[in-house]
Amino acid sequence: MPRRAPRGTVLMETAAGRKERSDARNATVTPPPTPTPPPTPTPPPPPAAIVGPGNIGTDLLAKLRRLDGLDVTYMVGVVESEGLDRARELGVAASADGIDWLLRQDPLPRIVFEATSARAHQAHAPRYAEAGITAIDLTPAHVGPMVCPPVNLSEHLDAPNVSMISCGGQATIPIVHAVSRVVPVPYAEIVASVASRSAGPGTRANIDEFTHTTAASLESVGGAARGKAIVVLNPVEPPMIMRDTVFCAIPADADTDAIAASVHAMVAEVQQYVPGYTLRADPQFDPPAAAWDGHGRVAVFLEVRGNGDYLPEYAGNLDIMTAAAARVGELLAIQMAVEA
Amino acid sequence: MTRQIRITDTTLRDGSHAMSHRFTEEQVRSTVHALDAAGVEVIEVTHGDGLGGSSFNYGFSLTDDITLISAAVQEAARAKIAVLLVPGIGTMADLQRSREAGASVARIATHCTEADVSVQHFGIARELGMETVGFLMMAHRTGAAELARQARIMVDAGAQCVYCVDSAGALLLGDAQERIQALIRQVGGEAQVGFHGHQNLALGVANSVLAYQNGALQIDGSLCGLGAGAGNSPTEVLAATFDRLGIETGIDVHATLAAADEIVRPFLPRLPWTDRASIVQGYAGVYSSFLLHAEHAADRYGVPVQDILERVAEHGYVGGQEDMLIDVALQLAREREAAGAATPA
Repeated sequence: MPRRAPRGTVLMETAAGRKERSDARNATVTPPPTPTPPPTPTPPPPPAAIVGPGNIGTDLLAKLRRLDGLDVTYMVGVVESEGLDRARELGVAASADGIDWLLRQDPLPRIVFEATSARAHQAHAPRYAEAGITAIDLTPAHVGPMVCPPVNLSEHLDAPNVSMISCGGQATIPIVHAVSRVVPVPYAEIVASVASRSAGPGTRANIDEFTHTTAASLESVGGAARGKAIVVLNPVEPPMIMRDTVFCAIPADADTDAIAASVHAMVAEVQQYVPGYTLRADPQFDPPAAAWDGHGRVAVFLEVRGNGDYLPEYAGNLDIMTAAAARVGELLAIQMAVEA
Repeated sequence: MTRQIRITDTTLRDGSHAMSHRFTEEQVRSTVHALDAAGVEVIEVTHGDGLGGSSFNYGFSLTDDITLISAAVQEAARAKIAVLLVPGIGTMADLQRSREAGASVARIATHCTEADVSVQHFGIARELGMETVGFLMMAHRTGAAELARQARIMVDAGAQCVYCVDSAGALLLGDAQERIQALIRQVGGEAQVGFHGHQNLALGVANSVLAYQNGALQIDGSLCGLGAGAGNSPTEVLAATFDRLGIETGIDVHATLAAADEIVRPFLPRLPWTDRASIVQGYAGVYSSFLLHAEHAADRYGVPVQDILERVAEHGYVGGQEDMLIDVALQLAREREAAGAATPA
């Protein structure tokens, strides 16, 4: 995809530029306090691996390294790359020999994060399962159940493979769930707007996959009877921060205060792992209308600003995937520690 | 005389915006019947935002697309029925259903710099045996050279014609001309080039003539100009103008005048017009379909519609981001409240 290369390059330059700025800041400002050690001796954190050392894998690595409960031991690619070098610089064992290499390591990882492609994950998933490794899948392969951490992770902590759905799904399912836990939602619709630069060639080549997966997850995970998803790519410069709008049809006599409170509570929950996940305004309620089969409507306007770990802040769509995957990894590791 | 240019009528697709997507089957039947009898070869019938456009964000269709497409196919003795598909809104499954209902032209639309999201849809359209047209929307938002590069992506994916789509009615004569020239240079040997104009700055017809003079062979219009913003280039004006220029469209001028005046005009809630808000759309370069949504948000939140549209232009929102009109209206309402609170009574 030579045409896409400049965009990817720009994205990486942006990240590098930000890193320099943050280095400069660290040089002149008091270093951040070291995390307090856990109060009681705990078993060593389970080893984890990231397969796919691209932008997503690198951002994920930065997030996972901030967690105490998980130790990213391996980074795996299929060709030598900057991503592998970046991981090595951080002391992570990195190899370009694919998962054949990974599955020869001792100890084996307990958790693998897959940030490759749907096709690659389909091939890898049975091998992870055979080795007893739990897979957290950031690709569109959807081998395992679809998981959105604050909504249904507790139901799937024992699953050998979980799918992170889609960026639009991670951003909007929590809100649909927040409404559907208060009132029945016959129909939920989401509009995800993302910066053109943050939509990679895989997404572009199969945008219908996003639409179908996200719509289905609004139903199966979000709790709407019917779901619809729309995605818009916007090339404006400077790039726009990811925006998501959630519309839910609600009963004519719905308790709007209860819905608003539920939405606010859910936003606070998502903020625990995506600090830049914010409401642009209070939920907006429109009265029942004939064109809406007599239903009322709640509209929720979200901004998803990425954490800027490796990916630029505007790429909230990518950040919410890595943040949600890290959240799943964190909670899985706690469960593994408890079981140990 | 051999037809020299093909006019596609989009009354029943772009016009859907101005009708808030509330076309009845009867309106579709009578309009298709009249257009077909007048010799219009391609008639587009879809929700304004394309297949799958029926939604909270864009407005729900009164009658679903497939019902309207089937009705149009039944009415058309000669004309081909076209559908619009905007990847990200509609899907390949929607396209397949439209094909089963008898649509034979697939018009696949992306923002002018995002053509690569349409590759899979051109592939399926060709597999389904449909004629294919690429629609590069908001063409004022990129230069002629980049527009041509995007056209190349569509043609390589299977587009048989690529349109320069002036969704904001913002292209000024020479702007349209240079874009058409660039498209012809890039894809001219392999595909046709088309032009879709809006009347926000009243240049839709003039730009269409310039497009033809620079090599475009397909032009869009709609009866009474029914369409987003200040409306489209009126089909009946295009027919009359090209006739006077001695350029054969294959369309009977008097029959299109009758279709516009006797069939379409009686069912219109209002005639498209270059009013303050739609001129701002052309002037500032705002997606024409935002007009009615901006008016609605302006009413709902008590802010001027032109302020919403100007803010939308500043943010660079593109087609499909109708939700942002509410977001902007909320923001403007907050700003007014803050300004009001800051001013002593």
